Order: sequence, then C-alpha cells, then structure tokens
Amino acid sequence: MYVPSVTNPIGDYVREWVPQLVAYLPESLQGETTCSVIAFAINAIICIIAVCLVNIGSAPILIYMERKVCAHVQCRLGPMRLGWHGTIQTIADVLKMLFKEVYSPQGADKKLFYLAPLIVLIAPFMIAALIPFGHNLLVANVDMGIPLIIAVNGFGVLGILLGGWSSNNKYSLMGSLRSGAQMISYEISFALVLLFVVMVSGSTNLMEITNGQAGTVANWMIFKVPVLGFLAFIMFFIASTAEMNRAPFDIAEAEQELTGGYHTEYTGTPFAMFYLAEYIALVTNSALAVTCFLGGFHAPCIGFESVDQILLKVPGVIWFFAKVYFMIWCYMMVRWTFVRPRVDQLMSFEWKFMLPVNMLLLVGGAAYIALSI
Amino acid sequence: MSEYIILSIFLFLGAFIAAAATVVGLVLGYRTRKTKNKMAPYECGMETYGNARIQFKVGYYIFALLFLVFDVEALFLLPVLANYREIMSGAAGLSPMLVVIDLVIFFAILVAGLAYVWKKGILKWE
Repeated sequence: MYVPSVTNPIGDYVREWVPQLVAYLPESLQGETTCSVIAFAINAIICIIAVCLVNIGSAPILIYMERKVCAHVQCRLGPMRLGWHGTIQTIADVLKMLFKEVYSPQGADKKLFYLAPLIVLIAPFMIAALIPFGHNLLVANVDMGIPLIIAVNGFGVLGILLGGWSSNNKYSLMGSLRSGAQMISYEISFALVLLFVVMVSGSTNLMEITNGQAGTVANWMIFKVPVLGFLAFIMFFIASTAEMNRAPFDIAEAEQELTGGYHTEYTGTPFAMFYLAEYIALVTNSALAVTCFLGGFHAPCIGFESVDQILLKVPGVIWFFAKVYFMIWCYMMVRWTFVRPRVDQLMSFEWKFMLPVNMLLLVGGAAYIALSI
Repeated sequence: MSEYIILSIFLFLGAFIAAAATVVGLVLGYRTRKTKNKMAPYECGMETYGNARIQFKVGYYIFALLFLVFDVEALFLLPVLANYREIMSGAAGLSPMLVVIDLVIFFAILVAGLAYVWKKGILKWE
C-alpha cells in the first residue's frame, strides 16, 4: 500500500511534532504508517488554509486598492465613507452580494450555468499551490511547475466559454467567444515567454528557477540576460494582462458594447466568484512574474556588504509580497491609463507582432546561451 | 508523489469554494416571484428576440486550431529547452550541433506555417 509522506519544506516542522502527538493515541493505532498519514493530512490542511487566506484574503484588499488607484488616476477620492478612508467598503459589498438573489434566466442550461464559476476558480488556486512564497513556504515542490501552470491556465477559458454559452443571452455568447479567442491567442505568448525563462534557468521547477536568481539584483532574470530579459518581462506583462481579461484588453467585458460580456446574466454569489477569480488571477500572475523575473523571495541586494546585510534581515515572504504588490500596482496603472484596442487590433497584435517577436526572443536567448558557454 | 496528491486536492479546492459560495447564495439570497419579464435574458431593455443559440463566425474555430498547433509546439520545445544549457555544454552526452540542427528544422516548419497562414489572410479579423 502506498503511504503518503510529507516532502515539502513546511512539512519539516510537522514531521517533528506529529510523532510526539501520536504517542497520546491508543497503542493499537501507533506506528509509522499512522504517523506518516497524520503528518500528511495536517500538512495538507495547513497548506489549504494558508493558500485560502492568501487568495481569498487578498481579493477585498485588491478591490479596495483598485478603486483607490482608479479614483486617484481620475482625480477623485474613491470610497471614503465606510471606515477610515473607506477601508471596510469592500467587506460591506461582499456582505451585500451574499444576500442577492441567485437565479438562472429562462432557457439557460442550468447545470452548465452553475458549473461555470466553479471551473473559473480552479486555475488560480492550482497556480498558488505551485509558487514558492518563501524559503520554506511552498505547497508542492514539483518538477513539472511551468508545464502545469501552462496546462491549468486553460481552465479559465473553459469556464468563461461555458458561462457565456449557457446563459442564453446573445451578448454573453459574443463576449465569451471574443474572450475565448483572445485568451487562447495570448496563451501562446504566455507559454513561449515561460519557455524563455525555462531555457535560461535550465529548469521547470519554480523553486529552482527562484534559487537560480539568488545573489544581487543583476542575477534576476530580468537583468540576467541583457536586453532580452527585459523584453521577455514586457512580453510576459502584456500576455498576462490579456490572459486575465484586464483592461486595456478587456474586450470580453467591453461594457459599452456588450453590456458586461460573459457574466451579464449572473447574479449574487456566482457573479462574485467570477470577480474573485479575476482578482486572484491578478495575484497569481503577479506572483508568477515575480518568481520568474524579479527574483522571487530573494532580497534586492545591490552588492554593497553593509546595505545587503540590512536587506537580508527582512524575511523572504515580505520581499515577495512587496514585489507582488508592486506588480499589481503596475497592472492597475496600466488598466486605468491605457485605452482599449478594437478586437481586430488585439488579434493582429498577438499574431502578427507578439508571436514573431516571441520566436525571435527564443532564438536570441538560445544564441546567447550557446555563445556564453 | 505526495506532492501530486496535495496538488490534486488543490485542483478541487477552488471549485469546492465556488460551490460552497453558490449554495450560500442560494440559501441566504432573498427571493422574489419569478415573473416572465424578470426571467427573460437581458437585452438592453428591449423584449428578448429569438434564441441565443445563434450561428457565429467560423474564424473563432480557426484561431482555436492555430492555438492548438502553437501550444503543442511549446510543449514539444519544453523538454529540449529545459536541458538546453546542459546539451550545449556537452554534459548531456548529445552532440550540440545535431540538437541545434533539429531545433532549426522544427522552428523552420513552424515559421513556414505561420507565414502560410499570414499570407492566406486568416489572421485578418473581420
């Protein structure tokens, strides 16, 4: 029989104190198998709670942040009434959303209608499980990190297509088809940029990719390969913005043309799930950008001994989240300062510009590595 | 192996949370009478006209097919590029020259495909 055991770094603590707890159990239940299974279960529960906290907890913060950033870009104040500077406004919104009526419109495919928000949420949680948040904070340290992320990302498209098709609304259908076409197109760029990262770091394991960027700022992927690294980072930024259906690439929602796109017919909590998925995707994509390009949880050392010692005293998690929130701020500024392109411009931008540039990027990276050996 | 078990839990975690939220919404949400106008799909205030299961542009399928080709290409390149540095330094026991020629042929076929599609005008969105 296969006995699951704890292998990831958080598990070291669990592995130490589970045998002490098991000693209190009745004699007949003690043994190595019980120890191992209990340790595995406790570890899994800790991981699940941690990821849920990070993912679901960050959504209200991000919605508040988005409203504030948007407001200040447009010379407004944003939410100000509820709590200090409107800090509990989003919590009130969530509570309101809970008590709204949930129903499906006439002629809707009920099963698929309620299945769609479920599928949309799969990808962000899966990706969050693969990203190393700190030296010892990683749910699953698997070698298939990058391929899994590329594979799981496709779930988002499936959920959006299902949601649009099943609501029996022409605008929803149009919105979902458009966003499907957009997301699968930009997924190619997304995958190819990640391929560049894999090629330079020589591993598909996200922990190894992060550890390959240890040391000074010059070792970060963005500066490691001169010019090409920065270009890859910009490409990743564009591709992931389009992947997340965020403005300026929010063709799917296009509220002026399509009255809200694929979630026109959704009300109450299923609608909130689409929203939640969007904001969790923002966190996971920023985290992926930080892991792949900005050195992950490593401190931004600059090579001076005295400064570096102070920087290294700060835990890796804090550096990680500081970088993630910087990336999120960048995504938000882009959202509120750029105008939305038309559908045809968007598609030709991907197929006639991004894809050829991506291929050149791969060729350039390969040549750089071949020459530098 | 244990890590993949945890990952398989995470595969259903998001779906489980969404399902729980939907059930909470169904239970807590307040209900009104389901009148004909309320249940009609939203169409900017006009009366709903016809069915939403309409025909749509074939262009979407073509882009899906193209996506398939290029995504599979990315997957095929992945194992080679993950070991690219080792291959080039000769540590993998393969001839670097041979691998490079293979990669060039693989890439040339892809670029030719993209050029063909471009020339055919399929990438033009109407």
